[in-house]
Amino acid sequence: MMLEVSGVTKTFGENTVLRGIDLFVEKGDVVAILGPSGSGKTTFLRCLNFLERADSGRLVFDGEVFDLRTAGKKEIARVRRKTAFVFQNYNLFLNKTVLQNVTLGLTASGRMPRAEAKDAALAALERVGMADRLSAYPSELSGGQQQRVAIARGLASGPEIIYFDEPTSALDPELIGEVLDVMRALARDGMTMLVVTHEMEFARGVSNRVLFMENGAAVESAPTDAFFREPKTERSREFIRSILHKDGE
Amino acid sequence: MERIWRIITESFPLLLEFGIKFTIPITIASFAVAFLLSVFVALAQYAKTPVLRQLCRVYIWVIRGTPLLVQLFLVYYGLPKLGIITEKYSTAILVLGINEGAYMAESLRGALEAVPRGQLEAGLCVSMTYPKIMWHVVLPQAFRTVFPAFSNSFIAMLKETSLIKSITIIEMFRQAEIIAAREYEPLVLYTEVALIYLAFCSVLTLLQRRLEKRLDHYGGGVK
Repeated sequence: MMLEVSGVTKTFGENTVLRGIDLFVEKGDVVAILGPSGSGKTTFLRCLNFLERADSGRLVFDGEVFDLRTAGKKEIARVRRKTAFVFQNYNLFLNKTVLQNVTLGLTASGRMPRAEAKDAALAALERVGMADRLSAYPSELSGGQQQRVAIARGLASGPEIIYFDEPTSALDPELIGEVLDVMRALARDGMTMLVVTHEMEFARGVSNRVLFMENGAAVESAPTDAFFREPKTERSREFIRSILHKDGE
Repeated sequence: MERIWRIITESFPLLLEFGIKFTIPITIASFAVAFLLSVFVALAQYAKTPVLRQLCRVYIWVIRGTPLLVQLFLVYYGLPKLGIITEKYSTAILVLGINEGAYMAESLRGALEAVPRGQLEAGLCVSMTYPKIMWHVVLPQAFRTVFPAFSNSFIAMLKETSLIKSITIIEMFRQAEIIAAREYEPLVLYTEVALIYLAFCSVLTLLQRRLEKRLDHYGGGVK
């Protein structure tokens, strides 16, 4: 088992966002986290990388146990070194070129010398098809291109798992395909991925497991095929029906 | 008319010399003080450092709430009463710098807060430390935003140096005053000195436009 999360809770003021979420991920898994807006999917993902502090919860990563509420700086750094995070709105460094966006994290964290970082960056940018725009600034790129660079930035450090937080939700419809293609290729190459998404086609075609969340709770966790073919709970059935209905329009 | 012309040709080079020897170097030195101070104060507030942050708020409150001239008098004529000996040039540079630093710190704090939060989060996720993220990502973007405000401050400081004559420094404006008194020609002399200030500020404005264009290379950061 590569990653095991249990009992994640989170409250913002009066508002309970997560009510005890469990999840396990094996190496090579692509887990789609589905659910209606406001169900806590993004918060859950952010808690796993300590971008948000959970009120409680336990993370076992590569056999090491972390407390999601109390983990210290060094522990957080250890988790982040093994993970990558892709944001909904890319969050590329606006004052850096494409190449610098990918190398900066590698060199500034002291992980690699400059030359080695450049090689790693070029390889990663090659994988997402952005190696021909090295000196462009984010403002000169389309949303799809920016997101592909953001994926390369995550890939370059050789993470064990990549978290995707609605990676295509901010994109114009015609740009979604190029990002999903990159993610499909990653999945095919055996990358472990945790994907919060509204792209049912992608979830169905690429993920091997689904975590369905609603109102801060994990309603159903099942292999993808089983989830779409015979959902076990009434809520998942309704959700799938509403999605299929939307697709049919 | 001939007398006026003689006064102008004699006084103008002298005034210009005092401008170059005093006004400009003192402006640059006090701007350096103000710049460093503003970065420190803005960062302390941005990072929400507990005690330091309160101290910074007090500093800004006091400085912005009292006139520059009063601050100059208080330090130069007041502090010696407490046994603190003050030297006029360093007093001028420090007081000017500490004064404008308060305004610049507020501008910079605003610019820092305008940098999207996601920039910091992205840095954390690629294992950068907070200081490195500030240095490579957040501060450069904030400087781009704050550049026009800082240019304003620089221009304001150049003109504010005329106040330091009140702590016995003979700079350009004081020199004009001396000649005006000697020749009984205030209109001529103060027009001259005004024109020199205007010329200095015009150069700075041109410089600002140039630099702004250069800083624009990444599209201004705002989309």
